[in-house]
Amino acid sequence: MLTRRIIPCLDVTGGRVVKGVQFLELRDAGDPVEIAELYDQQGADELTFLDITASSDGRDTMVDVVRKTAERVFMPLTVGGGIRTVEDIRRMLNAGADKVSINTAAVQNPDFVREAAERFGSQCTVVAIDARRVPGEARWEVYTHGGRKPTGIDAVEWAQKMEAFGSGEILLTSMDCDGTKDGYDISLTRAIVDAVSIPVIASGGVGNLEHIYDGFTKAGASACLAASIFHFREYTIGEAKEYLKAKGVAVRL
Amino acid sequence: MIAIIDYGMGNLRSVQKGFEKVGFDAVVTADPKVVLEAEKVVLPGVGAFRDCMRNLEQGGFVEPLLKVIADGRPFLGICLGLQLLFTESEEFGLHRGLGVIPGRVVRFPEGMAENSEKLAVPHMGWNQISFRNRAPIFAGIDEGANVYFVHSYYVKPEDESVVATTTNYGIDFCSAVWKDNIVATQFHPEKSQQIGLKILKNFGEM
Repeated sequence: MLTRRIIPCLDVTGGRVVKGVQFLELRDAGDPVEIAELYDQQGADELTFLDITASSDGRDTMVDVVRKTAERVFMPLTVGGGIRTVEDIRRMLNAGADKVSINTAAVQNPDFVREAAERFGSQCTVVAIDARRVPGEARWEVYTHGGRKPTGIDAVEWAQKMEAFGSGEILLTSMDCDGTKDGYDISLTRAIVDAVSIPVIASGGVGNLEHIYDGFTKAGASACLAASIFHFREYTIGEAKEYLKAKGVAVRL
Repeated sequence: MIAIIDYGMGNLRSVQKGFEKVGFDAVVTADPKVVLEAEKVVLPGVGAFRDCMRNLEQGGFVEPLLKVIADGRPFLGICLGLQLLFTESEEFGLHRGLGVIPGRVVRFPEGMAENSEKLAVPHMGWNQISFRNRAPIFAGIDEGANVYFVHSYYVKPEDESVVATTTNYGIDFCSAVWKDNIVATQFHPEKSQQIGLKILKNFGEM
């Protein structure tokens, strides 16, 4: 049986892992390679690096972080943040990344996703969707530029379109829930999971282990992404998996 | 020396670093002559079957690969490197493979479900292997060990005796083959943490 994945996400800028609270007050959470090794030992199923600098200098630093990490840990690595060209993808894959996640560039040019999938395969083409609920309605709008810019695009339709364009996985972040620690947006995640046949990673809002359980069971996510609950040692990944296993979720221990 | 064939498909660095981690030198090469001279050969690969096969042909790798295999030198195929050994694949129309193992590469069926939850395709993540035929490359690996998969197509060998492991995802499918000097896995040893590194080490020792 395929196990459900737990994916720690490392926000990286200037070669350091940071964690913001509601996009403000960035706190230093450590060296990315050391943290990656720690999560590897704890039994993380994959790792995601998110480059939150997205400047050209930052990109070189990120390539270096990926290269050093790939020399030491042997598990799937995803890199996102500022991936805009085929060359950006190639550099990350050559450094040792297995997947890239594309967000703003997909909205600006959906054919970029098709091109990426044709060139490098759907398995490495993750589309990241940042969505926010339309007030008073049961639908969600896609935002770009780190959640700052509304696009008018419906999130469910967008996920289906990205699947049709060759995306192999959706990384879905609720802008409403991100940073709240109140749990994933279950209705948003369930709506996307039911609308596509590719795996969906739930992201944004996890504050405790029950939230991860709900992400898998109520929302039907294939994987749950979390950052601060692991970075600040509230829980280890092993503890999260023991908890899930005890509640009947198939996880890898 | 282990030669890892670079034909422009996927992350080869992890395979190389994996071998180095367990004490074996491995070179990533785009030169068919290096492949011909290697003691052991690894064919990795991700992406589409058709593109992989075309790149192998254009890179001049088909003859050297067939020779290495016919000579009895240890060969390891990973992911697409497993699928390419087969007669043909249904991915994006019907395409011929290397034809080393008779059989076809087919897509997971539509509408698979488990516990009333539909099963996503690609099959992506950690799943268990069950041994049919314990190849030396799996020495020291436990029944039910978790390894990392990412694929939408799987292999159906005509001769079931080549099936080394099976994995369940809606259906039981062949997740590794073993035939003489050939071993090939649908999963990614280079991404399967300690279990994967043990498999690479076993290959290095073949």
